[in-house]
Amino acid sequence: MIVSVASGKGGTGKTTVATNLALVVGDAQLVDCDVEEPNCHIFFDVPLRKVADVCVQVPVVDLGRCSFCGRCAEFCQYNAIAVFGEKVMIFEELCHGCGGCKLVCPDKAIHEKPRRIGVVERGADDGLELVQGRLDVGEPIASPIIRETKRFIDRNRFVVVDAPPGAGCPAIAAIRDTDYCVLVAEPTPLGLHDLKLFVELLRVFSTPFGVVINRCDIGSDVIEAYCHENGIPVLSRLPHDREVMELYSRGVPISKKSSAWRKKFLELYENVLGVAR
Amino acid sequence: MRQLAIVSGKGGTGKTSIAAVFAELSKRSVLADCDVDAPNLHIFLHPVVISRETFKGLKVATKDEDKCVKCGLCAQNCRFDAINKDFEIDPLACEGCGVCSYVCPEKAVTMVDRDSGEVFISKTRFGLMAHARLDPGEETTGKLVTVVRNNAKKIAEENDADLVIIDGPPGIGCPVIATIGGTDLVLAVTEPTLTGLHDLTRVLGVADHFGVPSVVCINKADINPTMTERISKYCEENGKPVVGVIPYDKTVVKALVEGKSLLSYPKSPALREIRGMWIRVLDVLGLNRGSPIA
Repeated sequence: MIVSVASGKGGTGKTTVATNLALVVGDAQLVDCDVEEPNCHIFFDVPLRKVADVCVQVPVVDLGRCSFCGRCAEFCQYNAIAVFGEKVMIFEELCHGCGGCKLVCPDKAIHEKPRRIGVVERGADDGLELVQGRLDVGEPIASPIIRETKRFIDRNRFVVVDAPPGAGCPAIAAIRDTDYCVLVAEPTPLGLHDLKLFVELLRVFSTPFGVVINRCDIGSDVIEAYCHENGIPVLSRLPHDREVMELYSRGVPISKKSSAWRKKFLELYENVLGVAR
Repeated sequence: MRQLAIVSGKGGTGKTSIAAVFAELSKRSVLADCDVDAPNLHIFLHPVVISRETFKGLKVATKDEDKCVKCGLCAQNCRFDAINKDFEIDPLACEGCGVCSYVCPEKAVTMVDRDSGEVFISKTRFGLMAHARLDPGEETTGKLVTVVRNNAKKIAEENDADLVIIDGPPGIGCPVIATIGGTDLVLAVTEPTLTGLHDLTRVLGVADHFGVPSVVCINKADINPTMTERISKYCEENGKPVVGVIPYDKTVVKALVEGKSLLSYPKSPALREIRGMWIRVLDVLGLNRGSPIA
């Protein structure tokens, strides 16, 4: 079963929920799909080893064969190729690797080469396995890394996906094919606004979901009221706790230090299993 | 005219709260919300929309089922897993490249425009604002960020504004690159946690990669003074001036929940530090605004 932990807004506690949920389950796979800023590894003292380079296939032009007709540039939707006179310029960072330029070239002057944009890494700690994708700094396109990271998912296990913030392409790539989505929201107007955005997105996908209200005792009851009105299950209410914050700042998951918090995350796990069935 | 991009790498560090206070302290900057995925600046600034435009993102593939002979060439050639084994197109996975349409021997697949969101220019109490809304599930965030940036620049030039304050998205990918490219200064807002530091180093790396100077703000600094020290040291060693160290202040959430500006709490310790940071940022940008903090 794949459970994705997501939120429109950043900094609501996705990584805290994802790591602690995986920890209390024990025999689980934690898949960090926030490839722009992967953070789960900070909470586990496990060596990670590279299991894959993630590459985009970018074009290479054989100028000996090229007739400079410009069809490749015309076809490219991402402005990654320009042809001026007898010159062809390739902007590799903009290339999505669709392969269209190679297909349309009448001179068979284009072949492709792999260009690395990130990696997938893996590590294990007792029963828990961590898989993370990491985008190279300066690279713009995160989705291929998320897709590659997810190929390491073992559907026979309990899988927790830590999704990136926002409701754009990386978030979509992360939550695609997920069985259940846990949305982490904080009870402020910003939290509510971004929760609504994500709920709209999940309705497009018809993915079942519930909400965790984090720092439930700061702010107001806006999230509680919104969930109630829309029949969305509230899976857990996690209080603001200086100790959680302090441990988080040092990279220590709270469920390793506090049995009360361990219990909260076990309850969340049981609630997820309960509503997801 | 100068452009200041406020980013963070990690989400939830306080970018938007700081951008909103800057907007109010400035009173004559143009504002741009480039977190088009999950825009929030409007919640603080209550903009009144004066012009709106539909945003067309990348095209999307659609198929005429009557013409389709299920040869499978489209699915074989799609690199984005957007066509399944029954040759159905998933518009949410489609990146609009046009390969399926090109290879289809029956001309059953065509690329059509899609409305992906809306672009706005608005009035706020503190100046004009460029912002946008992306429809849920739409993809071209980088392109939409560029549209917002261009609008902000245009209205700044037309109105003789000397500064554009940009509230950026989290992360380091395409919307962040589109947000900071060609700006004069990046203000990276971090928090004193290991994750905050990790993400800060990556976003500063992006600023360096694109040749944009950057300065750092450590928000909620007293959560972990040891980490604050460590981040300051990292910044010093890497030539990144720390222009603001802001304490954790419950007034920030209180103001937000009550829908008030932080400036209506003159005793707020966070506000005090943000004012100081504003002056330092103006100084780094080489903007002399007299003494607006009286």
